[in-house]
Amino acid sequence: MKFLVHRYNPETDAAPYMQAFELQTVAPGMMLRDALLELKASQDEGLTFRHSCGEGVCGSDGLNVNGRNVLACITPLAALHEPVTVRPLPKLPVIRDLVVDLSQFYHHYRAVKPYLIAHDPEPEVERMQTPEQRAQLDGLYECILCACCSTACPSFWWNPQQFRGPAALLQAWRFLADSRDHAKAQRLSELDGPYRLFRCHTIMSCVEVCPKGLNPTRAIGRIKALMLTHQV
Amino acid sequence: MQHLATRRFDTLVIGAGGGGLRAALQLAQAEANVAVVSKVFPIRSHTVAAQGGINAALANVLPDNWHWHMYDTIKGSDYLGDQDAIEYMCRAAANIVIELEHAGVPFSRLPNGRIYQRRFGGQSQNFGGEQAARACAAADRTGHAILHTLYQQNIRARTHFFDEYFAVDLIRDEQGYILGALALEIETGEPLLIEAKTTLIATGGAGQLFRTNTNARINTGDGMAMALRAGIPLQDMEFFQFHPTGIAGKGMLISEGVRGEGGYLINKHGERFMERYAPHATDLASRDVVSRAIYSEVKQGRGCGPQGDHVLLKVDHLGEEVVATRLPAIRELARTFLHIDPAQAPIPVYPTAHYTMGGIPTDRHGRVVVPAGQGEEVVPGLYAVGECACVSVHGANRLGGNSLLDIVVFGRAAGNDIIEYLRENRYHRPPNSASVEQALARLARWERRGAGERVDGLRRELQQVMEDHCGVFRSKDVLEQGLDKVLQLQLRLGQAVLHDHSRIFNTARIEALELENLMELALATVTSALGRTESRGAHSRVDYPQRDDERWLRHTLFLREGRTLDYKPVRMKPLTVESFPPQERTY
Repeated sequence: MKFLVHRYNPETDAAPYMQAFELQTVAPGMMLRDALLELKASQDEGLTFRHSCGEGVCGSDGLNVNGRNVLACITPLAALHEPVTVRPLPKLPVIRDLVVDLSQFYHHYRAVKPYLIAHDPEPEVERMQTPEQRAQLDGLYECILCACCSTACPSFWWNPQQFRGPAALLQAWRFLADSRDHAKAQRLSELDGPYRLFRCHTIMSCVEVCPKGLNPTRAIGRIKALMLTHQV
Repeated sequence: MQHLATRRFDTLVIGAGGGGLRAALQLAQAEANVAVVSKVFPIRSHTVAAQGGINAALANVLPDNWHWHMYDTIKGSDYLGDQDAIEYMCRAAANIVIELEHAGVPFSRLPNGRIYQRRFGGQSQNFGGEQAARACAAADRTGHAILHTLYQQNIRARTHFFDEYFAVDLIRDEQGYILGALALEIETGEPLLIEAKTTLIATGGAGQLFRTNTNARINTGDGMAMALRAGIPLQDMEFFQFHPTGIAGKGMLISEGVRGEGGYLINKHGERFMERYAPHATDLASRDVVSRAIYSEVKQGRGCGPQGDHVLLKVDHLGEEVVATRLPAIRELARTFLHIDPAQAPIPVYPTAHYTMGGIPTDRHGRVVVPAGQGEEVVPGLYAVGECACVSVHGANRLGGNSLLDIVVFGRAAGNDIIEYLRENRYHRPPNSASVEQALARLARWERRGAGERVDGLRRELQQVMEDHCGVFRSKDVLEQGLDKVLQLQLRLGQAVLHDHSRIFNTARIEALELENLMELALATVTSALGRTESRGAHSRVDYPQRDDERWLRHTLFLREGRTLDYKPVRMKPLTVESFPPQERTY
């Protein structure tokens, strides 16, 4: 199987380039991560990428593959056209090969205050929440912060400083939607303005690429709707 | 020592899984200056992969009591667990889960609004009676939910994070105090000395010792190996848990929660074979029992599939609703890796290396302890919690749902003890350059160039040796051969070279350092397994099939120097209640 892989080592390369690799044997069921590991082991130990759990829960190995953001460990080789073109997640500074600098992505995540804020005294038992209230968090809390969505979002490419991006906004809604959270007004006012939230133009690339099947566009729509009712 | 970048903190936490983050949170909230060093961004730590639940006797679903939980844990440990630590953990469980809920963990809920609890292996009511329902769950993503919440609360508490820094070695002075650690910034390849009055190791387990495992690639037991190199023994390393239900041939974990929700195992005749091995608890017997049963079924020709090399986990009878709401991530895994929908077809499973019961010996405050005279003494300034530590609450076999509990209970306890320690030890001790030089030498060794073997092939060989020689069933001959092979591999690793000497984000260098760590732990594991001539919990010797309380109701200590073994008594005396004396263990 043929691969074209983005290479860049700032210590030795003047500019990034695409390098061709070939794997002679591809076992059935093999994932893209397995192939990259095999290339690293057998052809070039300098080939650099992040990865860890191998089952799509740690979110380390988001990559742009044949033009689409995916998690390498749950992307079957059988589903990919050759040559498999492997690039880092788009529009972020590249540290080396397929490893990108995610500082800004994490900054936006931290900026939405992704933690429960409650003002009442803590009860001796758990805070009560009905299964229906808890169901509001499904499709939100499962996010693994792989950055596939935000780096597929044109609005995030154009306004990386100001627009929070789909991943951070999904988490903003995760806490707005939590019946236990008391910081609604604060959260909404911090998202107000032309950029942080409203740069979303419902292009829906985020929904299309999310490897966990989550829907940031819908979450953003719900924040917008809530903001309107709050202002009335 | 020239121009070594140095930072100073009250406390250095190495590892950003649930144990490290719970401790860091306790410290940050107490206004201590705490730094967390992690070789991956915190929420990529392996706690994220825990599925089924966290045990606490909340009694939300069925009657329950911390004392029953204590009994189950001691029995599950095959009586090798320390009963004071187990009482402490089980008593703390309810509060610690409530605390997690208050912090925002999105637990699944019961119709009355309380936390959902599911049945898990080895749980009973009333000291061995009916099945209990003790595992508090956030669907089948409980570890993910807890890890993200703890990271989020640390953001709120403004903990300092050193993301993608690899801890190389502990720094120790002549008086035995731990002064921090040398770390390597992965992005730049620059070493960084972090000086701290207290250091907490929370680096997780070493599942990468085995070829087929449920663990992430990062689980290379770095902290345990650092402790060994600092002269600290490792405890009970022969006890390695093989989870009964990994995806056959691949290893990904299929939670015990699947059986907790009503799934069961069948052999090629469609027989529910666990009824023969554990007539009372059947599929929810302890993990060591179920793993041996599956292994025996396959060995005796009753395995499934064309090779007869696995058994089947049947779930489809539970129906679409249960699979969709209680086991969504399991369904995702089965679909991705097997093209199977568990709501329609059974999952092929086989025992898979999962959890390191042994580790750095600590007391129930997370303080690292070493033998001294007739008893033990604390290593000043050093703490360890979670899978890398051995308190020991899991003894010879851990119960499902007790690992998430272990990390948060002892993460908090260690945090509290560190706060006390910092009150009495207000100033940093003088640095120790000899120890720093030694740690730097570990890095310099990999600058060697020229001809030599590559690291990756050696890692694969080591994992195969451990699987073949130190698996579910063990014997003297097979273990001795294994020890020889590991020693050979270690010699070869000493001659291996890197072909990539870049400084920037050099993952080959990190993998070489990780393999050095795994090699230390392989020796500890095989040597300890050879020493223990009995069968207890996860350690099954075909040449010594019986448990021998007369001789072996004691903990193993492995020392790196000369690869020697020492032993210490099990703490049979709980904090307040009566001791549970060893009994025959049946499920």
